[in-house]
Amino acid sequence: MKSLKTFPKGGVHPGDFKDLTNKEPIRNAAIKDSFIIPMSQHIGAPCECLVNPGDEVKEGMLIGKASGFISANIHSPAPGVVKEITDIFLANGLKTKAVVLEPSGYFDQLGKNIVPADWNSLSAKELQEKIFNSGIVGLGGATFPSNVKYMIPPDAKVEALVINGVECEPYLTADHRLMLEKSAEIFKGLEILQKVLNPEKIFIGIEANKPDAIDIMGNLAQESGGKIEVVPLKLKYPQGDEKQLLKAITGREVPSGKLPINIGAVVSNVGTVFAIYEAVVLNKPLFERVVTVTGRGIKNPSNLKVRVGTKVRDLIEDCGGVTDDTVKLVMGGPMMGFTMCSLDTPVTKGTSGILALTEKEIGKSVQTACIMCGRCVKVCPIGLVPTKLYKNITHRRYQDAMHLNLMDCKECGCCAYVCPANIPLVQGMRLGKKMANKKVKS
Amino acid sequence: MSDEKVFLVASSPQIHHADSTSRIMLDVIIALIPAGVWGIYAFGSRALTVIAVSIIASVLTEYFMCRIMKKNTLGDYTAVITGLLIGFNMPSGVALYVPVVASVFAIAAVKWTFGGLGTNLMNPALAGRVFVFFSWTGTMTKWSSPAATRAIDTLSGASPLGYLKTSLLDISGNISGPVEILASYPRSGFSLSMSDWFASALGVRIDPVYYDLFFGNIPGCIGEVSAFLLIAGAIYLFVRKVITWEIPAAYLVSFSFFIWMFDGLRFGTGFFSGDIFFHLFSGGLMLGALFMATDMATSPLSGKGQIIFGIGCGFLTFLIRVYGSFPEGVSLAIIIMNIFTAMIDRLTSPKLFGFVKKGKAK
Repeated sequence: MKSLKTFPKGGVHPGDFKDLTNKEPIRNAAIKDSFIIPMSQHIGAPCECLVNPGDEVKEGMLIGKASGFISANIHSPAPGVVKEITDIFLANGLKTKAVVLEPSGYFDQLGKNIVPADWNSLSAKELQEKIFNSGIVGLGGATFPSNVKYMIPPDAKVEALVINGVECEPYLTADHRLMLEKSAEIFKGLEILQKVLNPEKIFIGIEANKPDAIDIMGNLAQESGGKIEVVPLKLKYPQGDEKQLLKAITGREVPSGKLPINIGAVVSNVGTVFAIYEAVVLNKPLFERVVTVTGRGIKNPSNLKVRVGTKVRDLIEDCGGVTDDTVKLVMGGPMMGFTMCSLDTPVTKGTSGILALTEKEIGKSVQTACIMCGRCVKVCPIGLVPTKLYKNITHRRYQDAMHLNLMDCKECGCCAYVCPANIPLVQGMRLGKKMANKKVKS
Repeated sequence: MSDEKVFLVASSPQIHHADSTSRIMLDVIIALIPAGVWGIYAFGSRALTVIAVSIIASVLTEYFMCRIMKKNTLGDYTAVITGLLIGFNMPSGVALYVPVVASVFAIAAVKWTFGGLGTNLMNPALAGRVFVFFSWTGTMTKWSSPAATRAIDTLSGASPLGYLKTSLLDISGNISGPVEILASYPRSGFSLSMSDWFASALGVRIDPVYYDLFFGNIPGCIGEVSAFLLIAGAIYLFVRKVITWEIPAAYLVSFSFFIWMFDGLRFGTGFFSGDIFFHLFSGGLMLGALFMATDMATSPLSGKGQIIFGIGCGFLTFLIRVYGSFPEGVSLAIIIMNIFTAMIDRLTSPKLFGFVKKGKAK
């Protein structure tokens, strides 16, 4: 058997638990009594809020305007009346302004037969504009505004466009189901991206635990001619990270501190490609996405099409609620996701999953002193020495930690996952980065 | 809100591998038990007393040090392992104050003066052993014969390596190797019948002394004699992923290589004629290579560093065994390499992903 491609150094193999939801077709989440739409759902500057309490909005109407170079528009997920503008905490702990919307009136798009737009006549520049106007961000979790990513510097050329269908986080099946159910649409989106980026070659990376998706996407790739190649990848976390994925597929390393475009590559998530299809062909801005609601603590694990702003509480209710032995609720995947401080935290563009984990699943043990086992060093995909970094950070030697390449850490969590002493390494790295940045500024 | 269920809030990752420090230490203890049971069988109940005294002394010292340092690491079993290993490294007839001193020195001086668990520079058990070895060399090298050869042992419990070293001083002229010197060494009835059985099954006769070495019918420290059971324990640790292959493999392979290359010189048989199997299964090599050198706190972090560490251990063990004035060099070799660990770690820090040399960046 041909050995599958993967990145060479580090990585872990947590149990993937994808069988909870990988046979569940995507269904629409119920629309509940209110939406909370944060004005910051992307990396970059928060949106300028365009509505006031009492305003009536339509489905898909622009309510938050991108303010700054790296920013993305936000659209209303439903028709209704703005109840109030308030401050909320997002799952990642950031405070942001949010529009509270009470749905009422008629849906403009839901259930309507939309005539596909003729996008072939649009130029690459117009398509870019369309992507920007539709508020599209990277849906893999980083939520980097897509139009900024697709602005290729004049001296660079896109040699490889890599589509990320890896979904290396355990539990999540949103991208998997999307590839199964919307493969034709994703390929339409790819055609649009080809026009925008003009890449020499397109790769679609999918991990080997999704054989059905590899089949479907592979067949479509063959029909489309030789330019698109589906690359099955060996199961390993964090393969869905764009730098790890590029290393796995092209064998090239993005230099430390640089972007994929520095080696002539652009990476986009399959969800993003689907969103581009919807935006360009169906004229539908990004206001809903697929979210996997799963974990042993969820009574009916499901893949839901969720409108941005839906509260976590409503989604859990939609899936039958949580069992009594649930101890942790997570927004995102289990390796990089956040626990929330409130069940009223809304789903944003970057939310790929909601997990209800039981005591057994989180596998928590007591924290002890570091026993220098070196497991964190062996699993770090970046080649850091997490235990050394952590010791420097806890002793407030942030400069020393910087010299040990603290800033290259992307908080994938491999080190803390394997640590037998259960040291909160990722938390340490985050603290270290914050403190180091603070010191640099002052 | 008070009737709502309360959920945990934590930093990512939200899931965690099942392994824990105490589980790892428990695995090490489990892996050591067979070899310990064999030692008690071979050397009698006195061996059990020595092991028990070592463990009790270690745990008590740990308890007092925890009180002084205001930490609590009693629950992680590390003191039990240190005590167990000290017991393993004692002759069964040793005066009982010796393991007590070794344990107190190991835990209080070697482990806790540097900050306790994970921060010690040397393997505490080995440092403790070396400390008492040089303090009471007489009682520390007075072995007793194992059960299998007790009735026929006319050499009053000389260990194979010790016997070899003293014999070599008197012998001149060419000899084929260690086995010829050990011709007058007692062979157990078990090994004679094993040898016969293998000779009839495979048609190759292997000197019975190798079976005694491999299975542990030789005088020696309580826990080090049975290479067979130590290897079995190490396989358990390997399967449980507590130890990785790097250190044991680098240690044993490099040691075998140096023995094969140079040990023949002592007997006048020239280069590349050393008796690898004799050396692999005698003395404390298996205990050292599989359980002591692999101690996490005192060995390098990265795989590359661990290989360098293992090779260093192999080379030093060979050097001390063959050219030193002591018959055995495993504990000293490992301790010396322990001191180099920090330096090895610094020199073998992993390559950064996407690393670009300064000045070469575009």
